[in-house]
Amino acid sequence: MPGLDDLYREIILDHYRSPRNRGELPTPPARLAVGHNPLCGDEVTVYVDVEDGTVTDVKVSGQGCSISQSSASMMTQAVKGRSIDEVQSMIARFKSMLSINEPPPPRSSVSNGEDAGDAAASATSPGGESGDVSGDGSELGDLEALRGVVKFPVRIKCATLAWNTLVEAIDAQIPT
Amino acid sequence: MTAAATTSHLIDVRAEFPLLARRFDDKPLVYLDSANTSQKPESVLVAMDEFARTTYAPINRSAYRLAAEATDVYEGARASVARFVNARDANEIVFTKNATESLNLVARAWGEANLREGDVVVLTHMEHHANIVPWHQLAAARGIELRWVPLTDDGELDLSGLDALLAGARVFSFTALSNVLGTITPVRHLVDAAHAAGALAVVDACQYVPHGPTDVQAWDADFVAFSSHKMCGPSGIGALWGRAELLDATPPFLGGGNMISDVRLDGFTPAPVPAKFEAGTPPIIEAAGFGAAVDFLEGIGMDNVRRHEMTLTDYALTTLDERFGDRIRIHGPRNIEHRAGVLSFEFDDLHPHDVSQILDADNVCVRAGHHCAKPLMRLLGVTATARASLYLYNDTADVDALGDALERAGDYFAL
Repeated sequence: MPGLDDLYREIILDHYRSPRNRGELPTPPARLAVGHNPLCGDEVTVYVDVEDGTVTDVKVSGQGCSISQSSASMMTQAVKGRSIDEVQSMIARFKSMLSINEPPPPRSSVSNGEDAGDAAASATSPGGESGDVSGDGSELGDLEALRGVVKFPVRIKCATLAWNTLVEAIDAQIPT
Repeated sequence: MTAAATTSHLIDVRAEFPLLARRFDDKPLVYLDSANTSQKPESVLVAMDEFARTTYAPINRSAYRLAAEATDVYEGARASVARFVNARDANEIVFTKNATESLNLVARAWGEANLREGDVVVLTHMEHHANIVPWHQLAAARGIELRWVPLTDDGELDLSGLDALLAGARVFSFTALSNVLGTITPVRHLVDAAHAAGALAVVDACQYVPHGPTDVQAWDADFVAFSSHKMCGPSGIGALWGRAELLDATPPFLGGGNMISDVRLDGFTPAPVPAKFEAGTPPIIEAAGFGAAVDFLEGIGMDNVRRHEMTLTDYALTTLDERFGDRIRIHGPRNIEHRAGVLSFEFDDLHPHDVSQILDADNVCVRAGHHCAKPLMRLLGVTATARASLYLYNDTADVDALGDALERAGDYFAL
């Protein structure tokens, strides 16, 4: 069995104990989406402010396990200040990293191979020459710590909950 | 309480369960998830294997000797299950897929034939989704009204307003043993209250039948649902006990082969019970296993099973409280006369998923989640709990292992 330390990396525990960007944003102007993990009943609400195609602020409320909470916390840090295009690219990379169908690093040739390859490459050389070939600034950085979740398939939904909810929030109508 | 007095009622059947010899990382397995599903003794595994190797054939429809033997085993299992819950007649036992299907059968077949818009069905706040959703479905289709019996602070049914809730009700459907709180409900009292109000009494006994002596006649209920897989038998088969006259008067649930006396171009005539409710080829090998499971439990004696679990539950409540004090909050009644070995708990403000993940590193298997009882979770003010559940093959070492693993979980996430 993979060791617990593969799952509960120190940076994950840090974000769990001291979550960043927790709370709510006024709606409007923010938009929000609520995500559920039907497995455990966890619920997160993601608030996002988008101005001129850029995520200017993001906050997360709700409750969940260390994996879902730390993933949400790191996500808020990673997407704040990014353009929607960069955020979309980051979401794709993150989810690709947690895809159990993904062949092991370093390179894959499956249909979403670009993302998988980039994510894998950035794991070994973050910010390196191949880490961000698209030049969109979407390398995963600290979020790489969540790569170990793949070894615990039941927990993948915990790690992706906030991200799926972010997708919905970005697509949501601004409340009136 | 002395250690000798605590453990004198324990039985030792662990060696009869092959799976419990499984090791991970060269350490023994500590299986504490029997409220979810139970492990199977050697006798059940052998019965299914031998039946499949020597006797398996279609039931109820062929003249050759092999098919007659297979039918005898299938019907013999029905007789064993009927005896196990003290049914008047084997034909009062309908084999279903599980307790969930049994409850759906009542809600859909009996309910759709008998309930009209505005009719009232009373449930409790501690029901499993299996005893909620079918009634919600019926409510959506028929416009029936659902009422809910509330709970007391220590996790028992609050019966102070029961008569008012039951006034005018057509059905009272309730659990005999909460799969979250471990609470054992006063079944006979609830049945009497239902009948006094003119309501049908439906008992979800899925958690109860595996853990205590069950007498459907003493309960005087109308329908009782339970599952094989929680009582040392295989998954894929369960039972609905119903009073014979009620089963006779209830229309079929699923339609197909085996459940008919005649089929014509203009309609069909259902078979007599229980075949009327057993459409299609049933789980035949599983029935052989179900029969072997009740034989196994009868051999031990359900009074002994209950005493074992009361002893072990008391040991668990006492030692976990001693070790962890305010760090652990175990839901449900403290009085072991009123509860079974289902221990849902909060620990150190840790999320149940994290607790169960850390416990798994020590091979301690507990459920983390909402336990298919989301209305109860909301009442408790949590989204999920961790749940350790005990059965006849658990012992004090398993409880100690749970405590040791919780210590490590606390250390792991310590700030």
